[in-house]
Amino acid sequence: MTTQEILFYAFAALAVVSALGMVLNLRNTVAAAMSLVVTMVSLAGIYVLLEAHLVAAIQIMVYGGAIVVLFLFVVMLLNLRADEFAPGRQWLTKLAAGLVVFAAGAELIRLLSGELPEPGELPPGFGGYRMVGISLYTDYVLLVEMASLLLLAAIVGALILAKRRID
Amino acid sequence: MVPLEHVIGLSALLFVIGVAGVAIRRNLIVVLMSIELMLNAVNLAFVGFNRLWPGTAEAPRLDGQVFVLMVITVAAAEVAVGLGIVISMFRNRDSVNLEDVSLLKW
Amino acid sequence: MTETHVLRWIVLLPLLAAIYHGLAIGLVRRSSDRRLVALISCGAVIGSFVLSCVALGKLVQIPRGPSRVLLDDVYTWIGAGVSSTRFSAEMGFQLDPLSTVMILVVTFVGSLIHVYSVAYMEDDQREDKGFQRFFCYLNLFMFSMLVLVLADNIVLMFLGWEGVGLCSYLLIGFWYTDRHNAFCGSKAFIVNRIGDFAFLVGIFLLFSALADAGSPVTSFREIAAAFGGIREATLAVPAWLPFGPEWPVVEVVAICFFIGACGKSAQLPLYVWLPDAMAGPTPVSALIHAATMVTAGVYMVCRLSFLYAAAPAASALVAWTGGLTALLAATIAIAQTDIKKVLAYSTVSQLGYMFLAAGCGGYSAAIFHLGTHAFFKALLFLGSGAVILAMHHEQDLRRMGGLKRLIPHTHRVFLVGVAAIAGLPGLSGFFSKDEILVWATHAPGGPWLYWMALGTAGLTAFYMVRLHCLAFYGECRATPSVREQIHEVGPVILWPLYGLAFFSIISGYVGLPQLWGDLLFGIDESDSLGRFLGPVLTRVDKGHLDHATELGMAGSAVAVAAAGAALAWWLTLRRPELPDRIAATFKGAYELLVNKYYVDEIYDALIVRPLVAVSDRVLFRVVDAGLVDGVMVNGTARGVRALAAHGLKYAQSGLAQTYVFFMIVGAAALVGYLVR
Repeated sequence: MTTQEILFYAFAALAVVSALGMVLNLRNTVAAAMSLVVTMVSLAGIYVLLEAHLVAAIQIMVYGGAIVVLFLFVVMLLNLRADEFAPGRQWLTKLAAGLVVFAAGAELIRLLSGELPEPGELPPGFGGYRMVGISLYTDYVLLVEMASLLLLAAIVGALILAKRRID
Repeated sequence: MVPLEHVIGLSALLFVIGVAGVAIRRNLIVVLMSIELMLNAVNLAFVGFNRLWPGTAEAPRLDGQVFVLMVITVAAAEVAVGLGIVISMFRNRDSVNLEDVSLLKW
Repeated sequence: MTETHVLRWIVLLPLLAAIYHGLAIGLVRRSSDRRLVALISCGAVIGSFVLSCVALGKLVQIPRGPSRVLLDDVYTWIGAGVSSTRFSAEMGFQLDPLSTVMILVVTFVGSLIHVYSVAYMEDDQREDKGFQRFFCYLNLFMFSMLVLVLADNIVLMFLGWEGVGLCSYLLIGFWYTDRHNAFCGSKAFIVNRIGDFAFLVGIFLLFSALADAGSPVTSFREIAAAFGGIREATLAVPAWLPFGPEWPVVEVVAICFFIGACGKSAQLPLYVWLPDAMAGPTPVSALIHAATMVTAGVYMVCRLSFLYAAAPAASALVAWTGGLTALLAATIAIAQTDIKKVLAYSTVSQLGYMFLAAGCGGYSAAIFHLGTHAFFKALLFLGSGAVILAMHHEQDLRRMGGLKRLIPHTHRVFLVGVAAIAGLPGLSGFFSKDEILVWATHAPGGPWLYWMALGTAGLTAFYMVRLHCLAFYGECRATPSVREQIHEVGPVILWPLYGLAFFSIISGYVGLPQLWGDLLFGIDESDSLGRFLGPVLTRVDKGHLDHATELGMAGSAVAVAAAGAALAWWLTLRRPELPDRIAATFKGAYELLVNKYYVDEIYDALIVRPLVAVSDRVLFRVVDAGLVDGVMVNGTARGVRALAAHGLKYAQSGLAQTYVFFMIVGAAALVGYLVR
């Protein structure tokens, strides 16, 4: 196996394990947030392997650097204690989880036995900031504008929601 | 190069774990984090497919990656507002347990 | 044939008046000025009469023959299907000699009765707008009757048929606050309905037979033209019915239509509504139940004379039903004590005469008698109305008497009416009744019908003279307080009576039988009416009686009538105690006659009560309240409520996670289905 493949499977395993850790973690919300960070960083590594360099960088900066930090802010602010599964409804949750996992597994198997074409030849500079930037500001300039509007709405919304009572 | 089926498989697996997280956990913050996990899985699929069809040297196609940027943006906005909701919920009920906000039921 | 717009206005004028009255009653708070109401109503009907004369003038300009008809096609009322499967009924009118006679009679007698009603209903203070409501219904009736007569297709005729039935109901139960009146109105409508059902079945059968033969038409002219195609057509019926597994369509259709006529024209067995219809105001009885509505059945038979001429079994049924009805009703009339009831049974009897003639092939004779009867029966009814008014709404003959001195004018016109119906030679009734007797000799099944008709003539004279003597001659048996107030009626009432009396005398000469034309006047073709109607009515050749036989028959009819009249006069005035003794001796027969052969009671026990019981206990309680309301409507509601309350509500757990989870499962299933 090539280096790329080894790295990919390593990152993949790490991502899955930390994702599971985040979901099944009961002790500590902060620990769950840390697991999420590990997942995101591993995914960033996979992006690099898939020649999406700018996206990988932005993934680490925005997700790992901003979003998870925001989570941690709130967790610290609210000073949360440990969590528990709901009593008496374990069976329902287990059943639900089991069903979902089963469906996912079936899908996975189906996928893995299908046939996809070979990846094509890469244009030079693929995934770099220059090429992404050109594509972003020529083909998708409208998306950029809408994204900025969305962010404005989010700012205002978060501000209002988190305000103390306006008396 | 890793066969792309594996990349998509990984994306599906992460997505399913996210769904399980949303369904099982009672803590609202962990639920929001599970949603972030789902979004990440989708991003992985986008990037993977973009790698499969990168276009030609004269006309490269970067649609998948651009869209990943959009998804990240949306995720950021959503987390901001969602955590605002968490804070106001905590202020009202002194808990972030989802079962404490389930009055609209039979 | 000519196109003209006169016809639609003949029909429209009364309709517009009725609409005006209806709107005024419904929308305007105060009751309208009575003179305005009278003006509009009478003006509309008199206008129709004038237009009818105009139309007659136009008609006679066309040479005699099958093209002597005026047409007015207003619009297509019902149109369904295309080409060979098309069913269309036009709102179209036709005026041929037959309808001319009818509309002239209807509008003329109608005008006179409208004028009469203005005075008759004047003192009706029972409700605020009763006066206007009366004329609204009366105008509506005129509209329906004119539609019936002028219709150029059988569907439109049925519209008029139903319309007159409706107006009859409205007018019989006009004073609806008295429950009995409302009941009589309902009875009339329901019994009519039975006939209407048969009529409708006849229309369906006729149309389907015509359509099978390739000409799906509804107008009379087209039906007559296409009639040859269905003459031999048959209808398959269950084999256990008499007359074989196949019935001729023309017979079945003719019988169905005749059953409808039995309902509308009060023949056996559907006549029971007419005596009870006397609960309505007297002008209503005169107009609807003497001159116009009840003659609709006769008109229908004559309009479809080509059908009946080709259906000997149905014609025999018509003739025998008419004859039996005539005789039966006359026997009931001789024992009645209410003045209007006597006249009602007399009407039933005279209608029987008309059907007798029509069944034997004498369509022209039937129409002749229809016309003369309209005049003298309307005269008799309106005269009785004058008597009732004079006696302050007393209708019992036993409390009348001696009115000749007190109300001489009324007495005079009433006498003319009595003489006309009894068959005094020279008056109209004599000639028309004679024509019927002549046709009765050609009756199917032997001379029985002739003897029945002759006997009925004697009975007719008997009970009419009895009526007249009881009311006008002898001692006045009214209570003193009533006697003081008896006074003659005003000119508004009397002038229509004089008009009707005049026509009762002279209308016989319109259709003078050839016998008298030769003997008295030496005219070649004296039966003007017969010649006028000839091209329209199917000619039935039944041989010819020579003048000697006819004269003998006329003489015997006069003799029988004179005997009946003399007997009535003797029993009523000379030996007034005799009738009671005869009644006491033959108590059974007398009770039978007075109680109208208990027909109403029999119907009630055999038909009405079981029907009501089934409707109440089965159809209402079980099917309607139990099944439809309980199971289907309420049961469904209960089921849904139970389902929601005990099952579905648990899906609302309140946890957003649950909802998200189901969303995702659903989305995954959808995507899986689409991708697969």
